Amino acid sequence: MSVRMPCVRRKRPSLFTAGAASLALLTTACGGSGGSSAAPKEFSYLSVTENTTVKTALTSMSGGACKAANEALPLKVETVPQASLDQKLQLLAGQDALPVQFAAGNAPALTQQLARSGKVADLEKELKELGVYDQLEPGAVSTIKALYGGKLEVLPYEYNVEGIFYNKKLFRENGLKTPATWDELVSAAAKLQDGGVQPFTASGQQGWPLTRLISGYLYRSLGPDALKAVADGKAKLTDPEYVKAAEEIAGLGRKGYFGKGVGSIDYDTAMNQFLNGKAAMFYMGSWALANISDEKQNKVGAENVGFMPFPAVSGGAGAIDQYPSNVGLGITLAAKSFDGKTGDWVSCITKNYGSTALKDHGSISGFKVNTEVMDANDVTTQVRKTISESQRNVLWFEALFSTKATTVSQTNAAGLVTGSMKPEAFMQTVQDALTAK
Amino acid sequence: MHRVLGDRRAIAILLGPALLVYSLIMLVPIVWSLGYSFTQGNTIEGFTGNGGANFSRLFDDPAVRDALWFTLRYAALVTVGQIVAGYLLALLYVFFLKKSSGLIRTLAFFPVVLPTVAVGLLFQKFFQVAPQTGPVNSLLNAVGLDSIDFFGSAGSAFWVLILMDIWRSMGFYAVLLFAGLVDIPDEVLESARLDGASGLRLIRHIVLPLSLPVLMSSLIFSINGTLKVFDSVVALTNGGPGSGTTPLTLYMFQTSFTYSDYGYGSTIALLLTVVCLLVSLAVYRVSRRDLSES
Repeated sequence: MSVRMPCVRRKRPSLFTAGAASLALLTTACGGSGGSSAAPKEFSYLSVTENTTVKTALTSMSGGACKAANEALPLKVETVPQASLDQKLQLLAGQDALPVQFAAGNAPALTQQLARSGKVADLEKELKELGVYDQLEPGAVSTIKALYGGKLEVLPYEYNVEGIFYNKKLFRENGLKTPATWDELVSAAAKLQDGGVQPFTASGQQGWPLTRLISGYLYRSLGPDALKAVADGKAKLTDPEYVKAAEEIAGLGRKGYFGKGVGSIDYDTAMNQFLNGKAAMFYMGSWALANISDEKQNKVGAENVGFMPFPAVSGGAGAIDQYPSNVGLGITLAAKSFDGKTGDWVSCITKNYGSTALKDHGSISGFKVNTEVMDANDVTTQVRKTISESQRNVLWFEALFSTKATTVSQTNAAGLVTGSMKPEAFMQTVQDALTAK
Repeated sequence: MHRVLGDRRAIAILLGPALLVYSLIMLVPIVWSLGYSFTQGNTIEGFTGNGGANFSRLFDDPAVRDALWFTLRYAALVTVGQIVAGYLLALLYVFFLKKSSGLIRTLAFFPVVLPTVAVGLLFQKFFQVAPQTGPVNSLLNAVGLDSIDFFGSAGSAFWVLILMDIWRSMGFYAVLLFAGLVDIPDEVLESARLDGASGLRLIRHIVLPLSLPVLMSSLIFSINGTLKVFDSVVALTNGGPGSGTTPLTLYMFQTSFTYSDYGYGSTIALLLTVVCLLVSLAVYRVSRRDLSES
């Protein structure tokens, strides 16, 4: 008797959610004809629990620079864990109940889906009408457009470049210069390893810090359009010149340069290993400056941390001044609720967020910094200079991938460097996920 | 009473509400999900019919094959492990510890009470190699062996998962089977002993046949639970490394909610239902035959 029941029951969560979602879809479809452009009563903002910077900065602005906008339309922040963000957005979008401002999904693919169905405001048009389009850094705008199919679909609450942070003290002690080419980087790693220092630290649990190295190698060897060609179907990850990149990164793992058990290292552990001087190099985005500038976390001292671009590959088509850049978790505004009061908030944010975030959190955004802020340390200055001088932006490995290919790539990355997955097999698996539709 | 139950309207009024609720929250979503199997899309973009494409994809998808194989292997091993370990514990309680088994019973039952996530974290720390060397690897090092990155390959992660789930649930099956063993009449055991049966022979010829019904219900419980394993995998390995420890349930969840492909997710769910149904029917059939024999 109780034989079949539990079986059905296991299925129930998915069935039930799917049922509820479709029921919601049905109701909205029925009620859709009435038109639902009701003016928002508050500046609701859906964010992820992990990101505290935007939330805190907006809250402090609501009592300061944006007080007037806040009185007309009070800020209300709601958060969900990042892992359940996509699911939440799908449900809210299905019910036509998206907040005024929201984190627009973990991958650009979802944001574009929302935009195609008319849920996302045309930010370029709105910002130009508000006369604040020039408050956005041109570099940030071009990064967003490269990510979101040529449209400005999110606001640059963060603007990051990525590269390798290194421990200057450990480099000095081992008689090393900043490596400018891939071969120099590999020999520096060998020297560090011989000197009893773990050359790299990376979170294999997150996976992306490892796949970033693959894309780094690809951009340097094949040029800045290497992954665009894959996305457009002009090249395949299984082509020998692409597999070569995976082989190089797997080689670092084979020699033990990432330390033991890289698959179990989480984001915070990797960060701690670097900030405690246990590893010499750490591939990361400029958002790590917040941790580097924090004396409580950084035991090696900010003065001992340097930043270098991903090194050049000899004979490669890419240049060392092309940096991978991103705008963090995309944050956008709903089309439905974009009215005058929301516009007041948005123009206030574009004018003031840049300096507030830099001053309070050491976080670099893609908004102009209108009140000059003193940099906390040299490495911050160096990164800001890099951002303003960067000649051309490139995107990261998974930037143009589907959600499925992104997950497949990031969950298999640790296997690539621990040797449980051959480079060809890794590239094949990711390519399969890309072409599966 | 008989008059009330003889009245059709009364039956309708009594059963109606429950039936309605049941239909709304169970039957409708099941049928709905079945319908989704023939579509592609999600709640943002809407759903479009795509005929039997999901089903042909199901048969071609190597990930489904891997997940199904993993699920079956996992279910078989954990079911056997749970029941054997539980049965041995129950025998220990009844024949060896006798009246003083209370403390051991409580200790063995303790993991059942713990939340799965806590057990998952515990085993992660237990078997970890980095950032700190865990107790198991320390032990290996102490006897002169190299550390093993247990979660670095699908093979070793699988065995840690099996071990964890047997440890986690053997106390439950021990109590279940204990209840069955206690029910065996003392006179039967007594007379068997007088006839010269002792030790293994007593268990083989008297205890095992007499506790077969409760063993069978444990088997049904266990196989149904393990085919649908989800929480312990998510807590321990989250399906990794790569997709090395991904069961059908997790693949279904990822497909529907992470890759927002509700249609294909429903198709995988259907496959899981069919597998559950077949296995349950098989076990049910075997158990019925055995019960009638005994």
